[in-house]
Amino acid sequence: MKFLGLSKKDTTFLLIVITLTLLTPIILQPFPENSTLAQFNAGYPDLMQRFAIFGIFAIGFNILFGLTGYLSFGHAAFLGVGSYSVVWMYKLLGFNVLPGLLLAIVVSALFALFIGFISLRRSGIYFSILTLAFAQMSYNLAYSVLTPLTNGETGLQVYGNDPQVLMGENAPDSPHFFGLVMNESARLDLGGWQFTFNNGYYFTAIIAIIVFYVSLRIFRSPFGLMLRAIKTNQTRLNYTGLNSRPYTLAAFVISGMYAGLAGGLMAAMDPLAGAERMQWTASGEVVLMVILGGAGTLMGPILGAGFIKYFENIFSKINDQVLQGWFGFLPDGIENFLIGVSHFFVGKSWHLTLGLLFMLVVIFLPGGLVEGGQRIAKALRKKRSGDDDDGTEAQPSAAE
Amino acid sequence: MDAIILQILNGLDKGSAYALIALGLTLIFGTLGVVNFAHGALFMIGAFVAVSVQRLLGFSFEQIDPDKTDFLGNPLKVKMTYVESWFGPEVGGAIVDWSVPVAVIVAIPVMLLVGFVMERGLIKHFYKRPHADQILVTFGLAIVLQELIKYFFGANPIQTPAPSAFKGSFDFGVLIGFDPNAIIYPYWRLVYFAFAAVVLGGVFAFLRFTTFGMVVRAGMADRETVGLLGINIDKRFTLMFGLAAAVAGIAGVMYTPILSPNYHMGMDFLVLSFVVVVVGGMGSLPGAVAAGFLLGILQSFASMNEIKSILPGIDQVIMYLVAILILLTRPRGLLGRAGVMEE
Repeated sequence: MKFLGLSKKDTTFLLIVITLTLLTPIILQPFPENSTLAQFNAGYPDLMQRFAIFGIFAIGFNILFGLTGYLSFGHAAFLGVGSYSVVWMYKLLGFNVLPGLLLAIVVSALFALFIGFISLRRSGIYFSILTLAFAQMSYNLAYSVLTPLTNGETGLQVYGNDPQVLMGENAPDSPHFFGLVMNESARLDLGGWQFTFNNGYYFTAIIAIIVFYVSLRIFRSPFGLMLRAIKTNQTRLNYTGLNSRPYTLAAFVISGMYAGLAGGLMAAMDPLAGAERMQWTASGEVVLMVILGGAGTLMGPILGAGFIKYFENIFSKINDQVLQGWFGFLPDGIENFLIGVSHFFVGKSWHLTLGLLFMLVVIFLPGGLVEGGQRIAKALRKKRSGDDDDGTEAQPSAAE
Repeated sequence: MDAIILQILNGLDKGSAYALIALGLTLIFGTLGVVNFAHGALFMIGAFVAVSVQRLLGFSFEQIDPDKTDFLGNPLKVKMTYVESWFGPEVGGAIVDWSVPVAVIVAIPVMLLVGFVMERGLIKHFYKRPHADQILVTFGLAIVLQELIKYFFGANPIQTPAPSAFKGSFDFGVLIGFDPNAIIYPYWRLVYFAFAAVVLGGVFAFLRFTTFGMVVRAGMADRETVGLLGINIDKRFTLMFGLAAAVAGIAGVMYTPILSPNYHMGMDFLVLSFVVVVVGGMGSLPGAVAAGFLLGILQSFASMNEIKSILPGIDQVIMYLVAILILLTRPRGLLGRAGVMEE
């Protein structure tokens, strides 16, 4: 059976991903509203939107880094460019997100073409430094000279006296997609549970599914195979008479477009754009996501993005009161000690946890969470069958 | 003319810091073959050693001064640092005042230890791993160190003044025959430059004129052969990592009066230091130093108003622009060998 040009296995995989994405508001809300565990719920619009947006960003980055092995430290520049494009379209045309998103993709593609054309003349760490240099340049310029375009430190936003020529009489005055207002939600109360179905989330989720499908097709295409060949041994590829540059450039532009789209969607959820989105720490974050999830795998970037954004949110919410609630049953001395230790890892210092986790993953699990899952699955299988089944190893699972 | 000299002087202190950090980065890369993204964090740790020393020296207790009374006629309580009570007010006060140079002495063993622990505990396991893994794991380490510092010292910059003898500026122009007030230069920056020159000279002399340094240089050129000669090169390389950490650390200590330490200064300097290393040529020690000063001076020229009015924003991007140009036209950098890190 072929569906949209996918093999049966991939179709099942895609369908699972679609189902999970569409049911996210329910899945991420497993605890009733009044229970003490409700703080671990993640089913509110702002966070779910971020899951989808950073998922898109990471999927795109994975096409470059996961497949070709070129480690870019400057993808945040495209994120910023995307955001600025969308806000400019709000200012000039109106609050419909469609023109802005299209412009974001086009502009970031051109920008990526320019940066990629220059940076890809070098490989290894020189490529990383070049991309980093371009991104830092964009960031510094956005803060200083390009202020008429970016509104500097204040950040670009829509003001009352902006032209907004396509703005209709009754059009909503916040981002919308042909009348579908992004920050409106439907609520469903079911017993103790409360589910929020947010327009913005579903809009980003559907885009995320589409771009995920595109990346699935790229992974399975001859083009994807070529990119993998570049990662495995570029010298040998060159000796066979193939010029690898157009392929890497195409991968770079595609991943830049993904990043631009993600940046545009950020501005589509919240009509603001600031230069800090271009800072190199933001580029580092997407690298973390992809590595943590598993570079070069299909599912990895999404897992990594979800993981980091979820824990960023949950960990930074845990404060002294919450900790006291947890350890309250212990004797005072032990309670204070445990709270003191936990202090290192939660609340404002959750980045420490992230850094540690990241180091642990790179040291012990270079394949990321996906590899971890596979190892566990393999260990379980081994236990069940009782002997080595090396024959199945040659076939990659759909998640790879 | 005086404006040009002033800009060169202004570039020297920043250039010194770049050169010191880039030297350490290059040492680590040249000996161990590791790209250390945590090197900026070592610079930052050094700066916070200075902060800690300053605080330690500032510990005080209250005592009653029999000679003075407050406005109610009661005996006045005065704060007295422990150092002052131990060494007497004159010597003690001088030690407190000179906390930054004192911190240099403290920082050397501390940074050597940090370097050893880092190399033996983490970096050692990454010699055989791809450069991307090395970058990523040291990047993770840099985040962890940065967050620990933020946890203990807070997110705000901490003032660390220079010894009062070096506060203020002096008229450098008069010395070389310009009008008074043409070139005004702060003392501490000159101290920093002299300090950097001494450290750089020391490291180069160490590598050049000692047997140990010779072995290390031989190991950088051909690690395997040195190993075959029966020399334990790993041990020496570990020491070099410690040395590189110490250089970065004391560079950080001495920089504190120029820039109040904050938890993200390491990352800020790291990015620029990598640019410096790449411009100088990956693996070339003289290249790193030359590029450090060159870029520092270029940066201060770019921030001149005359230049900014012709090319707006150039001061923000000059470092990156130079890096891009160098990488595209001469990928080995100014003084590097061809083919390093071009896998």
